[in-house]
Amino acid sequence: MIYLTRRATFSASHYYWNDAWPAEKNEEVFGRCANRNGHGHNYTLEVTVAGEPDPVTGFVVDLKWLKDVIEREVLAAYDHRHLNLEVPEFAASKLIPTTENIAIAAWRRLEPVVTAAAEADSSRARLRRVRVYETPEIFAEYRGGL
Amino acid sequence: MSADFGKAYFGRRYTLSASHRLHSDALTTDENRAAFGKCNNPHGHGHNYVLEVLAGGAVDPETGMVVNMAALDAVVRAQVMERFDHANLNLDPLFVNRVPTTENLCRAVFGLLKDSLPAGDIEYVRVEETENNFFQCYGAGDDSWLEMRQVSE
Repeated sequence: MIYLTRRATFSASHYYWNDAWPAEKNEEVFGRCANRNGHGHNYTLEVTVAGEPDPVTGFVVDLKWLKDVIEREVLAAYDHRHLNLEVPEFAASKLIPTTENIAIAAWRRLEPVVTAAAEADSSRARLRRVRVYETPEIFAEYRGGL
Repeated sequence: MSADFGKAYFGRRYTLSASHRLHSDALTTDENRAAFGKCNNPHGHGHNYVLEVLAGGAVDPETGMVVNMAALDAVVRAQVMERFDHANLNLDPLFVNRVPTTENLCRAVFGLLKDSLPAGDIEYVRVEETENNFFQCYGAGDDSWLEMRQVSE
């Protein structure tokens, strides 16, 4: 089994706020991230798929295909957007766009596409891990709940 | 999208500067030099270590977090940074009878943090000694030496 990782970057703004809490608690728990005017990051997304190399091509997955999937499914929705206000999975249910929730949301965008490709062609790889760096020192990861 | 989605992970990187000397009293002078090379220099040397902690657990639906970063930072500061940053590792009680290699530092950090996280559990502790070498620990293993030292301090 080979793990293959493709990296991509996107820039987005967000803030942390739980509507069920009074302002004081939001400010206490989330600190500066609770500023309702928002702030932004240059995020780095790492998408890892796992599988066996194809005997003919030697590929676990075609990297160009994976790059296009990441751009279409994630970057097109997140890049240069305000996550709280413009990205449906956060805006609709007021889900807080923490790094953890962004990693889970990116997984949910990518997993059906990667899995469908693997089911159509059993040699294709499966999604294994999504890691999101908010800064070089802060990151979150999702492995499908495992 | 939180507790229903099982486990997620939060990672954080910290920098700490410390000195050490790789030397074992169980070896002769020549054996120490052969085993540890430049790292056996009697006066020690130092590194800017990068410590990476990955915490795993359910995402708290109220905060969207596995662990609050400020709370994690406070624990790492109290348990690890105040102990090792700008210190000579060889003089720490944990390394009196143990060579302060980065392997052992990595295990020591895992042991110091494993029961202290404000939420979640440690998935791994990674210590980068330089840009070109790093060590990752997924469990403290036999950490009786850590428990013993913590009690005796």
